[in-house]
Amino acid sequence: MSDYILETKGLTKHYGGVHALVDANFTLERGEHVAIMGDNGAGKSTFVRQITGVEQRTRGDVIFDGAPVHFTGPLDAREAGIETVFQTLALADHLNVPDNLFLGREKTKFDWLGPFRILNYKAMRDDTMAGLVKTGVKIPNIKNSIAHMSGGQRQCVAIARTATFASKLTIMDEPTAALGVQETAQVENIIRTLKEQGESLILVSHNMRQVFDLVDRIIVFRRGRMVANLRKEDTNGEDVVSYITGAKTGAEFEGAA
Amino acid sequence: MSDTSEGPSTSDGVGGLTYDKSKRQWPNELNVFAALILIIVIFELLGAIFMQQSLLFDSRDRFDSIFNEARLRIIIIQVAIIGIIAIGVTQVIITAGIDLSSGSVVGATAMIAMSFAQVAQVSGNPNPKAIFGEWALDLPVIVPVFVGLGVGLTAGAINGLLVAYSRIPPFIATLGMMLFARGVAQWWSLGNPVSFPTDAYAVIGSGMNPVFIFLGLAILFHLIMNYTVYGKHTYAIGSNEAAARMSGINVPRHLLLVYMIAGALAGLAAVILTSKNLTAQSGMGLSYELEAIAMAVIGGVSLFGGRGSIIGTGIGALIIGVITSGFTFLRLGAFYQEMVLGMIIVGAVALDQWQQKRAAARA
Ligand SMILES: Nc1ncnc2c1ncn2[C@@H]1O[C@H](COP(=O)(O)OP(=O)(O)O)[C@@H](O)[C@H]1O
Ligand SMILES: [Mg+2]
Repeated sequence: MSDYILETKGLTKHYGGVHALVDANFTLERGEHVAIMGDNGAGKSTFVRQITGVEQRTRGDVIFDGAPVHFTGPLDAREAGIETVFQTLALADHLNVPDNLFLGREKTKFDWLGPFRILNYKAMRDDTMAGLVKTGVKIPNIKNSIAHMSGGQRQCVAIARTATFASKLTIMDEPTAALGVQETAQVENIIRTLKEQGESLILVSHNMRQVFDLVDRIIVFRRGRMVANLRKEDTNGEDVVSYITGAKTGAEFEGAA
Repeated sequence: MSDTSEGPSTSDGVGGLTYDKSKRQWPNELNVFAALILIIVIFELLGAIFMQQSLLFDSRDRFDSIFNEARLRIIIIQVAIIGIIAIGVTQVIITAGIDLSSGSVVGATAMIAMSFAQVAQVSGNPNPKAIFGEWALDLPVIVPVFVGLGVGLTAGAINGLLVAYSRIPPFIATLGMMLFARGVAQWWSLGNPVSFPTDAYAVIGSGMNPVFIFLGLAILFHLIMNYTVYGKHTYAIGSNEAAARMSGINVPRHLLLVYMIAGALAGLAAVILTSKNLTAQSGMGLSYELEAIAMAVIGGVSLFGGRGSIIGTGIGALIIGVITSGFTFLRLGAFYQEMVLGMIIVGAVALDQWQQKRAAARA
């Protein structure tokens, strides 16, 4: 078994003439928590979308759990064991908490009925409860539609979704960008829980304190390219900022950016 | 697991383990039902004052019951056929789409299906209205029923393909189908009515059958919308299409299915309508699409998608039925009725918009 849960080689994405992601060579060890930082438009979300099957890459290889993968869609990636909290919340406002957690992978009975197969509400509710307990997320009534919840509660639902399903890799794209202090603390607690449980994680974040609190390693993207790969012990906030702004470029990435 | 994150917005439940009844949402159908009761009360009051009669209750001791059953029956028969269409339209609107074609699809399907339902002989003479040769006369009733469902399904499939795969807005795609299908209805027999169906065909829409079919379908689709993956995904797509896609739902394929079901229901409505009237005319179903949309909208189905229910649409259909009957009962011209219906529809959408804004402001 490979030491890496995820590896990308020369991962590249062009949107027409926009080179949003260029030759990203990235590795993630099992159980490791890595942060991706970088300015707006640096290509962080683009990177996430290429490895989660939301978009098809222009070129390059993605090796997940020891084997090359070609996800045709986000469901494909999820079935392989990658759970993602996207930057734009992938939640349906008019559905309740269990419905959102299980959207696209409902527990069902009478599967021979095809699209009209029957939902197993009880099983999904029980699993939802377990997921919420596991992450410490508190929701007044899980049967209410999430339209009536605060931004923090909704984000927690999105994250509880990743924790409800045993996954090999969790990816969060700016999970606390729109949250208040308390809500951010709760999300960070969930991330610590995932670390204790030995789950691998990629965290896209702008929050320097959060990154130094939570992760083992920091990757910096600038204008579509990886420009730094720093162990937390060997760096500090100022150093990371200089990579983000372009004052510095990692030795191994010299000539790339 | 640490428990230090006691935020104000999350402090009122323990680990998601609560079903706080006070935090439960008020079902919108109850509001619609209250509106129905209110409208009935208004008509009863107006009836008592101006007609010295009751609209829905037996006020003349003509019948052996508390209700005026004859009028109740008229109300529900009147809305049953368009109600069947509204069941499909409701699903389309819940996906944040619209179907303007259902009335014309009824027209086209009526002509085509009836052409396969004709008898060979009318009082000893060959059927004067026969569309095809002898091979199409006196066919088993299953043939025109399947032709009707098939024509509706095909029209729905074309709508669905246009909406789901070519990303033409539903308004435009179904507007095109509305014009096209009406053209087909007129071209089919060059404007001549298609008449004289077989006895078996005539049974489908006779008596209370349209009502039983409507209620049966309403219950069936209520269950489907609430207890199956199809229903859940229909709501999810209307609520947040991007989220539905990211969750791995095959959105185009699902939309295609929704529009096909709506088309098939319009086709079925055409079969029932022609059976009830014993004839098909190219103008049949005119403006049914608008009445079906009105039933859904009055019943609380949001044109923004994601919200509404078959039960709501059913109550919406009853509201329209009661208003129509009520105006006849008060001997007021149909034009008043249309004015009031117009105001109610706009009011329902305004109310929906206001509710959405309020929900957004609270979140
Ligand atoms: N769908 C798209 N079409 C065209 N350009 C895009 C698209 N998505 C992202 N981009 C461009 O790619 C670059 C990287 O975007 P993104 O990955 O969202 O950045 P980040 O998440 O780091 O802020 C930006 O210049 C952005 O404008
Ligand atoms: Mg981003």
